[in-house]
Amino acid sequence: MPNQVVLTNVSKRFGERTILQDVSLEVEGGETVALIGPSGGGKSTLLRCINGLTMFDRGEIRVGADVLSPGGDPDAASRVRRKFGMIFQDFQLFPHLTALENVMEAPMQVLRRSKHEARELALQLLHRVGLADRAGLHPRQLSGGQKQRVAIARALAMEPRGLLCDEITSALDPELKSEVLDTLAELKAEGLTLLVVTHEIGFARRAADRVAVLAEGRVIEYGPPEQVLDRPQTERTQRFLRQVLV
Amino acid sequence: MILRSIAVILIAAAALTPLCGAAEAPLRWGADSEGGAPYIFKDPADPRSNIGFEVDLIAALEKELNRKIEFVQYSYGELTLGLERGDFDFAMNGLEVTPDRERQLRLSRPYYVYRLQLAARADDDRFSTLEQLKAIGGRAGTLDNTAASRLLTQLGIATNLYDGQAEPYQDLELGRVDAVLMDLPIAEYYARPNLKLKFVGEPFGAGAYAIAFRKDQEQLARDFDAAIVRLAASGDLERIYRKWRIWNEDQEQLSGDVQTANILADSSQGLTPDKYLPLLMDGAVMTVFISCASMALAVAIGLMVALSRLYGVWPLRAAAIGYVEFFRGIPVLLLLYMLYYGLPSLLANWGVVWRPENVFVGVLAFGLNYAAYEAEIYRAGISSIPHGQWEAAASLGMTRFTTFRRIILPQTWRVVLPPMTNDFVALFKDTSIVSVIAVVELTKQYQILAKSSLKYMEIGLATAALYLLLSVPLGYLSRWMEHRMAKG
Ligand SMILES: Nc1ncnc2c1ncn2[C@@H]1O[C@H](COP(=O)(O)OP(=O)(O)O)[C@@H](O)[C@H]1O
Ligand SMILES: [Mg+2]
Repeated sequence: MPNQVVLTNVSKRFGERTILQDVSLEVEGGETVALIGPSGGGKSTLLRCINGLTMFDRGEIRVGADVLSPGGDPDAASRVRRKFGMIFQDFQLFPHLTALENVMEAPMQVLRRSKHEARELALQLLHRVGLADRAGLHPRQLSGGQKQRVAIARALAMEPRGLLCDEITSALDPELKSEVLDTLAELKAEGLTLLVVTHEIGFARRAADRVAVLAEGRVIEYGPPEQVLDRPQTERTQRFLRQVLV
Repeated sequence: MILRSIAVILIAAAALTPLCGAAEAPLRWGADSEGGAPYIFKDPADPRSNIGFEVDLIAALEKELNRKIEFVQYSYGELTLGLERGDFDFAMNGLEVTPDRERQLRLSRPYYVYRLQLAARADDDRFSTLEQLKAIGGRAGTLDNTAASRLLTQLGIATNLYDGQAEPYQDLELGRVDAVLMDLPIAEYYARPNLKLKFVGEPFGAGAYAIAFRKDQEQLARDFDAAIVRLAASGDLERIYRKWRIWNEDQEQLSGDVQTANILADSSQGLTPDKYLPLLMDGAVMTVFISCASMALAVAIGLMVALSRLYGVWPLRAAAIGYVEFFRGIPVLLLLYMLYYGLPSLLANWGVVWRPENVFVGVLAFGLNYAAYEAEIYRAGISSIPHGQWEAAASLGMTRFTTFRRIILPQTWRVVLPPMTNDFVALFKDTSIVSVIAVVELTKQYQILAKSSLKYMEIGLATAALYLLLSVPLGYLSRWMEHRMAKG
């Protein structure tokens, strides 16, 4: 599968601390995987490694035909980013640009789309995330949920095969979470591969094909939601689920 | 430097001491010893003492008056002002007798009759008179606030004005001016020995140097008048002037009635606002131009320095740090002198001919200097943009360069604009020192006008108003932008 993600024995240290330890994980093309686990367990680091934002120390990450590995092809990161967009917890919209311009920027600068083309595409994407009427506003004029949906449109403008989502609803009020999660569910339906770090156990159960639990730098459970969430094998997962479900 | 401001002249001190009334305080003589041969200048063999024909004349006067005279260092352009303030008792420093001065001061009998001498580059045969110089559109250089400068202004010849006697000849040599018009004694000392320069035409016009007192010092002035007559009659004056090789037949009049052709039209007609305001405006335009051009340069160079420091390979980073430390650490004044006078002669040694205009050098010096400050503002501004912006752009596939240009820099502008506007206001005022390389900007124009009219306060207020008119709105703009930035 061209948009399959395979991690093999990925390890990452920051100084003395081991953040990821021999992480191996396979995500099939078109699959939605929820990545859950205690804070500090290495979830963000894992996503950043897959996006080429952080280089790991050992192992390899294969995205389609491209391979990220320490000392490997330095251009692989940019090819991987063309396949997977990334959405951040704190949006990271470009504050000096309007919502529309945020979405138009990368197609124009990276894909050399004409202004007209980029604009048509951006309007279409903003419409798709329900923000056609907010196109001319700057990020500071948008609510958190709207900002996150602009960020999703911005990533989609690069026509990725999948998205890496890092706690993209954590900064949002409960009533705003659903609008973002609904958008994700639509993207899944359209066939994108989604790797979603989340604390929304309900969303994981509903939308994910598989759930991975990452704790202390290791994948300790990986399987269908009903298996991982209802019949966890490890004591660590049971403890974690008790804490989040309280 | 300890003796910079007050150097006591003690010539034949041993002989005179018993004669000097112990009760009488020494008279204070105001003059400028900075490069003023042959009048009064630092002895090259012993830079702590002054020599010159006026120093010898003072020694003769001490004997004649039986009073000790001590030297007070004062900037030439401010001598009249210092006299009126009482910083010294009299000024003697090649001060020309002019109608203005006669009106405001008590001038002594002339002690020297001077003529004006035109000088040109040795290989320049285009003119031999001032009229011809004007006809070919030539530019002249001379000392500020002198008979020569007023004559040139009157004739409508483009003129560069200097504070020192050496600089006009230096600029003549470098081709920045086509001619220099100065008093003959100066020309004898600075132009005659220089093989690259030549005298053009005969000395012309005649004026006299006199000692200046305040109007209320009539008795003292009379004592000096009498002493000058005695020195002229006894041949002491001739002996001194021959020693300094400035004796000529003109000086024979000194013991009698001095007839000096008045080469100066009466400049005493009042300098009224309708006359000085247009001149101040010209100065303001120059100030605005230099400020804007320097800032544009500083903003461009500053960005490159900041980028080198933030993202450069280590030699580049080291060079950027060196740049900032160097240009922040030296005075712009020093930089102006080095670029204007030093660099062309240095390059000439290597066969490179580069003689930048004074305005160009001013812009360059301030541009280089302020670039160091702007670089630091940029650095802080760029560093203040959250790292997440870089990552968001990277994950969209943008290169580092594209990210910087399209995402980071536009946000940086908003952060750096208020402090840069503040710097601009400071620069705006700092530019006044370009007058040392003969740029007539607002402050220099003020000095010129005030010195010749003594309206230091009136024209000063008009000048201040012009500065405020330009700097206050800028200050408000800066604060408004800061306020807007704060709102996000
Ligand atoms: N750049 C970094 N330098 C040092 N330590 C880091 C860095 N990034 C993350 N860490 C550490 O790695 C650990 C895992 O972080 P993270 O991947 O953000 O976990 P999670 O997203 O699961 O909460 C944390 O203890 C964090 O402090
Ligand atoms: Mg995290």
